[in-house]
Amino acid sequence: MFRLFSATLLLLLVFNPVFAQSDVEKRIQTQCILAEEGDIIEIPAGNFSISGTLSLDEKKNVTLRGAGQDKTILSFKGQKQGAEGLKVTNSTNIVLENFTMEDAKGDIIKTQNVNGIIFRDITARWTGKPDESNGSYALYPVQCQKVRIERCTAIGASDAGIYVGQSDSVWVTACTAKNNVAGIEIENTTNAWVWKNHAFENTGGILVFDLPDLPKKRGGHVKVYDNLVARNNYRNFAPKGNIVGTVPAGTGVMVLATNDVEVYNNKIWENRTVSTGIVSYYITETPINDQSYIPYPSGISVHDNIFSGGRRMPTLKNRLGFIFWWKFGKKVPHILYDGISNPDWVNADGSFKPSYQICIGENVNGTFANLRADKLSLTSDRISRDQTHFNCKK
Amino acid sequence: MTSGSGFRLVTAVFTVLSLIAGLSFSVRNTDDAPELYLSGYRFFTGNLSDLTPAEGVFEYEVNAPLFTDYAEKKRFIYLPEGTLLTYTSQGAFEFPAGAAIIKNFFYFKDAGSPDKGKRMAETRVLLKGSTGWKAFTYVWNESQSDANLEVAGAVFPVSWKNMDGKQMHLDYVVPNTNQCKGCHSFDGQFTPAGVNAAQLNRNNQLQRWAGSGRLAQLPEPSAIPALFDYTTIDDPVRTDKTVLEKGARAYLEGNCAHCHNPHGPASTSGMFLEATQTDPERLGIMKPPVAAGRGSGDRKFGIVPGKPHESILLYRIESTDPGIRMPELGRQLVHNEGIALIKAWIRSM
Repeated sequence: MFRLFSATLLLLLVFNPVFAQSDVEKRIQTQCILAEEGDIIEIPAGNFSISGTLSLDEKKNVTLRGAGQDKTILSFKGQKQGAEGLKVTNSTNIVLENFTMEDAKGDIIKTQNVNGIIFRDITARWTGKPDESNGSYALYPVQCQKVRIERCTAIGASDAGIYVGQSDSVWVTACTAKNNVAGIEIENTTNAWVWKNHAFENTGGILVFDLPDLPKKRGGHVKVYDNLVARNNYRNFAPKGNIVGTVPAGTGVMVLATNDVEVYNNKIWENRTVSTGIVSYYITETPINDQSYIPYPSGISVHDNIFSGGRRMPTLKNRLGFIFWWKFGKKVPHILYDGISNPDWVNADGSFKPSYQICIGENVNGTFANLRADKLSLTSDRISRDQTHFNCKK
Repeated sequence: MTSGSGFRLVTAVFTVLSLIAGLSFSVRNTDDAPELYLSGYRFFTGNLSDLTPAEGVFEYEVNAPLFTDYAEKKRFIYLPEGTLLTYTSQGAFEFPAGAAIIKNFFYFKDAGSPDKGKRMAETRVLLKGSTGWKAFTYVWNESQSDANLEVAGAVFPVSWKNMDGKQMHLDYVVPNTNQCKGCHSFDGQFTPAGVNAAQLNRNNQLQRWAGSGRLAQLPEPSAIPALFDYTTIDDPVRTDKTVLEKGARAYLEGNCAHCHNPHGPASTSGMFLEATQTDPERLGIMKPPVAAGRGSGDRKFGIVPGKPHESILLYRIESTDPGIRMPELGRQLVHNEGIALIKAWIRSM
């Protein structure tokens, strides 16, 4: 009965010419609202200008499918209403595939509280020169379970191209992230595998962060492998106040305050400041008020990566970058540990207690430095290249 | 008499009875599909746009209204015959199945002289079904004779003369059904906003309802929370600090807390703006943003005490850019009075 009613409503709405939204926009949105379990909503080939956020809410087993990334292109350049391009909320088993969305005012695709979400063969990008006026995130699953992002492309985000926040059970694979501040960011997220992606020409390539003040407190159990992380030397164009604004241009992989992260078999090439950094939240120099937050990284393993540098020159526009330049000139080591550790996690001789270890294994060109940033000043040289306490296997 | 004819007789009697009842009372089955036209509900009698409540329908007021582009609002509750609301100290009152909340949005042609007439824009109907709430938006026609259901939202121009005599023009945006839940959500479930004790506790409204049998379990007046009516603050700069605090917190409750609470859509932000919130960091005081992106406006903290122009909160309520502005939905214009209040409050900290 309701289906019949829905069908009537659909007809009424589709052929109702009174309002200013384009017919296509109205039809897609109406289909999204009336979709029933198992439905596939097809977006036809064409370039469409969309004026407001498209949304799916409380749906089960619904697919939103375009005719191909180069055929179905939805532009939000003239967006008037809503912060996102597409928003999917409170749903189960949703597939988004085969289309391009661009130039949303805020995030391009945000999915929140979805159990089972697949992004497949999607391009999400801001056109034109990367700029602080671009939106924050291109692909943005948050508070989701079972997230798969595959064969997607994210370009131009003023925060992160592919940003997985406060989620669990996540695959990010065969994606390309380019010209974002952060290419791929895994934040306060558990059980994430990030493999066979290309992160290049971002400010930072792949970031694994745990941040304070969030409902989902602790991320971890993250594997980053078989990725190409190259030339992430783009100027940091994040608006101030955002944590990625503290990431120095020239960052390959950065692990911040997360636990159980394995970074291996990656090609980490020509990132001019920090090829791979393992740091605490303190390095951001932002105050912490969240009492339950753990600001230190632990259980980290970096092995079997291939680093290459070329002529490296740390960015001078970032405090961290400036310190690197001051201390190392053009010979910045590839693997940096900030040396700010929880005293409870360290033995008297300076070695880590089991399960809190930071292990630097065999890497090609895996030069190492411990910044000892808790004791760092620009005049006294406390930086250590001693790898003794880091020779472990997880 | 066969059982078949007995059934016919009962049906006939029932039909006659419901027709009689229908003359004065809105009759719907709890889980009926929504009406295609607002008039179909029979919430109002006479000329529809006069909004004269039918039996079972009564008007209500709130202490801390949500700003929606200077639209005027008239709010009503419909209770099926023989049912009543149940008081709760926190969250929305309990509504019986079959109840409805009806919120009408309109503009006076001249805000300075309401008697010159009005332009009805939109009516939102929340229906309480047997399994929960559902929201439907109705858009008024040009002739103002009725409003039709519009699940995918709509955009149309409205214009009016504001209190300062300035002619205003706006592309009025009616939210689609999904956008409704962008604000009306508690742990992912649809929930009404504004029909709670703190919002409704004004001018003896609750006591009147209890007296007329519309509200059960109302406690003593001293036990009922109340939000401060922030619209009574005319000149925030010259307002006493404690009044300012009450007014600003009521403003944030009415305009932000429907999303910015631990169970709302903005739980991702870690910034919670309920009037009952006591943790300064949760309120955004010296709290760095999480995923604000360019919404941070190059500012570092949600609220910097004493410094409104360094506070992200002010930046976002002052913006009209869809990617920056707060609230995300329902606002395109700047709420000058609200901004003056929040600015003065942050400065007074």
